[in-house]
Amino acid sequence: MSALVSQLINLFAAVLLVLSFALLTQRRVLSLIQLFTLQGATLVMSTTVMAYFTAQPHLFYSAALTFVLKVVMMPWLLHRLIVRLNVRWDVETLINIPTTMLLGIVLVIFAFNLALPISELSVSIARGTLGIALACVLLSFLMMITRTKAIPQVIGFLAMENALFFAATSATYGMPMVVELGIALDVLVGMIILGVFMFQIREQFDSLDIRHLEKLKEE
Amino acid sequence: MEALLAVLGIPLAGGAVLGVIGHRDRASEVNVGFSFATFVAAAVLTAQIIADGPILVLQQQFFVDSLNVFLVTLTAFVAFTTALFARPYMRIERDHGKMTPPRMRLFHSMYQMFTFTMLLALLTNNMGMLWVAMEAATLTTVLLVGVYRTPASLEAAWKYFILCGVGIAQALFGTILLYLAAERVIGAEGNGLLWTNLDAVKTSLEPTVMALAFVFLLIGYGTKVGLAPLHNWLPDAHAEGPTPISAVLSGLLLNVALYAILRCKILTDGALGTRFAGDLMIGFGLLSVVLAAFFLSRQRDVKRMFAYSSIEHMGLITFAFGMGGQIAAFAGLLHMTVHSLIKSAIFFTVGHAAQKAGTQVMDNIRGLIRSNPTVGWGLMLGTLAILGMPPFGVFASEFLILTTAMRDFPWATPLLLLSLGVAFASVLGKVQPMVFGETTVKPLAHPPALIPVFTHLALALMFGLYIPPYLDNWYQQAARLIAGGT
Repeated sequence: MSALVSQLINLFAAVLLVLSFALLTQRRVLSLIQLFTLQGATLVMSTTVMAYFTAQPHLFYSAALTFVLKVVMMPWLLHRLIVRLNVRWDVETLINIPTTMLLGIVLVIFAFNLALPISELSVSIARGTLGIALACVLLSFLMMITRTKAIPQVIGFLAMENALFFAATSATYGMPMVVELGIALDVLVGMIILGVFMFQIREQFDSLDIRHLEKLKEE
Repeated sequence: MEALLAVLGIPLAGGAVLGVIGHRDRASEVNVGFSFATFVAAAVLTAQIIADGPILVLQQQFFVDSLNVFLVTLTAFVAFTTALFARPYMRIERDHGKMTPPRMRLFHSMYQMFTFTMLLALLTNNMGMLWVAMEAATLTTVLLVGVYRTPASLEAAWKYFILCGVGIAQALFGTILLYLAAERVIGAEGNGLLWTNLDAVKTSLEPTVMALAFVFLLIGYGTKVGLAPLHNWLPDAHAEGPTPISAVLSGLLLNVALYAILRCKILTDGALGTRFAGDLMIGFGLLSVVLAAFFLSRQRDVKRMFAYSSIEHMGLITFAFGMGGQIAAFAGLLHMTVHSLIKSAIFFTVGHAAQKAGTQVMDNIRGLIRSNPTVGWGLMLGTLAILGMPPFGVFASEFLILTTAMRDFPWATPLLLLSLGVAFASVLGKVQPMVFGETTVKPLAHPPALIPVFTHLALALMFGLYIPPYLDNWYQQAARLIAGGT
């Protein structure tokens, strides 16, 4: 039984990793949001499986919370944002996709090595996935560095939060409920603030290209 | 218990009330009123802790001991004096057309919410809530940094949000690892993130996990402290936001982030039993001191320069705590106190000076002492104090840090002395013509609030000359807690 659960969780972890790579190289804004929604859905499924087989009731709540927040609200907010900003069909020019991919693979290997000694210590059934979670965090990090538009950068930020959440549910049996609620609130408020910002940035710079935001530098 | 609830409840209520009436003319006074009430509550709480010892209340979710109670008082005090300063300052900004009524409402409401998040971060016993509060502190200030909606301020706010957001995400990963280590010892009942529980079992926490957790926590919270090389957001956020926000960012937020690192260090030291955490802090601290000192000489914007000075001082404090031992911890705590008093006082005077001159570029601010002697003298004395001139408190704490470094880490001493020397030369060389010489500045429409400046400087002077026995006792207790009996 637990072997099956382990396999399932590992499968979800692998899906998350593939989605992280897809986010890294996707150029269309609309597809980015869809990928992000898929990532959220995978997270919900893996949390539900964990909750069901470990009989941890609070994991059900956190799965429900994730569903509402990351599969429904965030994508909805992002959709509204791109419609109102009229960047729905934007295609970003990314240079060096192969290099980015290779760099991503290096990061994954690094993450696995870093997490190896810790995975052996974890008591959770899904302990092998800590390395994958860390890899997803680092890939989102890479995504934020390589993107020059505001919305993909924000999606990278949210994907990083997803990966962290996955780390919390896979390595431990989820954070205490009060902490999870607090984190969810922070992310939601942060998302709204970023949305407000994008309008202000576009008003000031006539573009959402954050390469304009490089005036403040040391002389 | 009631005092604790008041400390948290008053600023929260203030945030809600000012969210409704914050655009009115009298809102500044209401803001001051709420901040003053918070300060009174904090003072009562402190008196109780001094009398009865540490308390652990509300299902162990809140914990107050000698280490955080002193920061609570300091935070409430500086938040109160900054509110006093903000009253005329923001009115002048409004007259200059930089603030509109909705922006004033945002400012007042977020100011109270920011105070609330910092106090929550200090008082909570839950390492997860600590993270939530630190992130919330970023969120409340990010809109304030960009409140003028100029290209530069928007850029600063975006940078602040993204860099601190990414940084603090690392701290969340660290917190998860901490919980992973705790679960093995405490179990999965949800109490594994309570600091007091962790502290009780710290010697049996898994060393490998704790070491990795500390690295992530240090990088995460270190971004908020402004430790090099994670400091990039700090000068921009300080220079482009309204000055009261620069004052509270420098004087309070950096302290609170460092407090988070200290709590984690106590646990890590217990689990590892080695100097690992301390050595990391020494490295980051020293790098910040050296890097900031050399950047100081290249600044042209006055608020940017003092932001770099904050990085330098936070680096010095991190270095002090990294050295470990009771004397160094004592010096670090003292330095935290005097730095936040003096640096906020400097930002108060700098804010008015920049308003008078209509610019933050130092070359265009001249002869403050002619047009307004109190602003000029305040800036001069504040600068001398922050540069470590006796008899101000910074001298005492820097002296303690340097002598401890000489004894325990002699190789670091020349680097520290060199950096302090470079900082002294570059800051004084730039502030001196701003204060003396022919004047270029205009008088202000509203009389500036300078009582906070001189109150802060007087307190810093007191810390340099004489620390009252109960304060001394209090610092000793906190230092013992940090040093962990070594």
